[in-house]
Amino acid sequence: MKGLNIVVCVKVVPKNSEIRIDPETNGVDRRGVDSIINPPDKNAVEAAVRLKELYGGKVTLLSMAPPGLDDFFHQMMAMGADEFVLLSDRAFALADSYPTVHTLAAGIRKIGKVDLVLAGVESADGGTGNVPPGLGEALEFTQATYAEEIDYNSEEKRFIIHRMNGSGHEVISIPSPSVVSIELGVNSPRFPDFRRKLDLDENYKMTVWSNKDLELPEDKRGLSGSFTTVEEFVEAKKRERKHERIEGTPEEIADKLADLILENMN
Amino acid sequence: MGKDKKAKGIWVFIEQFEHAALDISWELLGKSRELADKAGEKLIALVMGDNVEHIAQEAVHRGADEVFLVEDELLEHYKCENYTYAAYKVIKKNKPNQLIMGATPNGRDIAGRLAVKLKTGLTADVVSLDTTKDGIMLGQVPGFGGSVLAVIKCEVARPQMATVRPGIFEAIPIDKKRKGKIHKIDADLDKKYETTKLIKLQKVEGVDISKAKRLVAGGRGLGGDVSALKELAELLDADIGVTRPLCDDGLFPRDHQVGSTGVTVKPEITINFGISGAAHYTAGINKSNTIISINNDPNAIIFEYSDYEVIGDVNKIMPLLIEKLKAKLMKEVKQ
Ligand SMILES: Cc1cc2nc3c(=O)[nH]c(=O)nc-3n(C[C@H](O)[C@H](O)[C@H](O)COP(=O)(O)OP(=O)(O)OC[C@H]3O[C@@H](n4cnc5c(N)ncnc54)[C@H](O)[C@@H]3O)c2cc1C
Ligand SMILES: Nc1ncnc2c1ncn2[C@@H]1O[C@H](COP(=O)(O)O)[C@@H](O)[C@H]1O
Repeated sequence: MKGLNIVVCVKVVPKNSEIRIDPETNGVDRRGVDSIINPPDKNAVEAAVRLKELYGGKVTLLSMAPPGLDDFFHQMMAMGADEFVLLSDRAFALADSYPTVHTLAAGIRKIGKVDLVLAGVESADGGTGNVPPGLGEALEFTQATYAEEIDYNSEEKRFIIHRMNGSGHEVISIPSPSVVSIELGVNSPRFPDFRRKLDLDENYKMTVWSNKDLELPEDKRGLSGSFTTVEEFVEAKKRERKHERIEGTPEEIADKLADLILENMN
Repeated sequence: MGKDKKAKGIWVFIEQFEHAALDISWELLGKSRELADKAGEKLIALVMGDNVEHIAQEAVHRGADEVFLVEDELLEHYKCENYTYAAYKVIKKNKPNQLIMGATPNGRDIAGRLAVKLKTGLTADVVSLDTTKDGIMLGQVPGFGGSVLAVIKCEVARPQMATVRPGIFEAIPIDKKRKGKIHKIDADLDKKYETTKLIKLQKVEGVDISKAKRLVAGGRGLGGDVSALKELAELLDADIGVTRPLCDDGLFPRDHQVGSTGVTVKPEITINFGISGAAHYTAGINKSNTIISINNDPNAIIFEYSDYEVIGDVNKIMPLLIEKLKAKLMKEVKQ
């Protein structure tokens, strides 16, 4: 293929501010909770579409998810992606990062010869960030996580990545194919093309692969392939606070505040 | 390693940058000393780099019973393929029961890759860590933006892996009388398999607000003008924290960001100006001793996390507050 064959791993997550613990089951109560596209995944789609605009090629979005999320998937496609592949099967359910990695890796292999796999830096629900470097290992690709910028050198067939490594800012180059995770907020994801979205809603039939297609053994998929278990959920401890309201004219408030701050300074 | 049950020892990955260990490494070692004693395990430090023997020595002085020291030119800078290969080799041979790493960009990069290579579970971004007496690791992870904590364990595979947030645990002070064995390991790395090229590396002289004694924090309610916030910080000799949008807008570098994807702080006092109190943010300030919040919306969630609440306009209150503080501080000096 001419240009870059890019796969972007994308995910839909519950809107976190609405999550509560169900006091009866002690599980997470997702009832009535809205979903959103995992925020950094939009940055990853944006990065992919920009690369395609510069160097040609194709952008395929890939998600392991239950059915019923087409509306979100079409929104992401309408940002400029070409295809959508959904990995969906009861056998994939309740996966932690290890089987998620192997399921996505099997999907990527089945898509064919790819030049670049992009992902978001972490998911807003589980928030592990394990999947992108895990994919690097499973696919035996080089990886770069926490990327802030990505460009491509078509002569050398290498990607140039800017990333923060925690102590410094580095620019590295990695070969094609590679896995790169894109940091949240590093570009401005474009709005979905409204007409394309409508057209997709009516006419697009995405590729759906079940485990009949991927043939993953039990130890590489779903609950049976997971190593970690959730022992329990606990509500994040809020410290007891005094909740004293400071009132008055702005002048008076500022005066009381100043005293309070100075009292608490030692 | 997968389901290997003969695994022994609590291992801590000592992350370093340009021959200096990161603080998180010593924090992890400090906490793991306590865990190792509880589970009756040895505490082992894994040090990788080039010319880092002094770090291995310091690991002993800070609590490690033994150190595996892997030195190689190719480990001078973090490159995932070299670090993963070298770490995998040592781990495979010596079979740790638990492996604890920092939830830093590079710590999470190598942890995610290693876990798949080792066929084991990885609990990422832990904010609290414990072990049973039988050596089962229990990691608490904030989910859903920090409103919920999940206690996660991995019973069926070894090593049990976790990455831990910086700024949560305390390092043990250096004690030069501590003794421990340092094993030097040959990484057997070959440049031919190196795939990452380092083009440029710039050390960022960042600030570390995780150790702030006082924090003045600003959000979008400041309306983009951060001059009063800076003046207050100077006046109070406080550090500056901000919400994520202010970093996204380039008003402050990332190391000033407080919250679930930023820094966890634990100062004596935190003052929030124009911050709504999203779970992502409050997850980072919960450990503050006293919290004061100023917001013009009486229903702002930030008030649920506050000791002192002011409903008001930051544009009005901040200049007045600066004035009052100056006056009071002057008076103190004169007395
Ligand atoms: C995956 C993910 C990770 C994230 N991680 C973090 C993180 O680590 N840290 C973080 O902070 N955020 C994080 N966020 C973003 C977070 O969800 C919130 O969007 C953010 O904290 C809101 O910032 P804010 O309070 O400054 O802005 P807003 O929510 O816009 O709040 C501004 C507040 O200012 C008040 N205000 C406005 N004008 C005035 C005035 N004149 N005087 C007084 N008050 C005024 C308003 O009433 C409002 O309450 C993350 C988001 C995602 C999706
Ligand atoms: N089920 C999934 N389907 C597609 N992509 C995923 C899935 N889970 C994780 N990812 C990708 O991996 C990134 C990091 O997720 P995580 O490692 O789960 O925090 C996400 O931003 C996605 O790009």
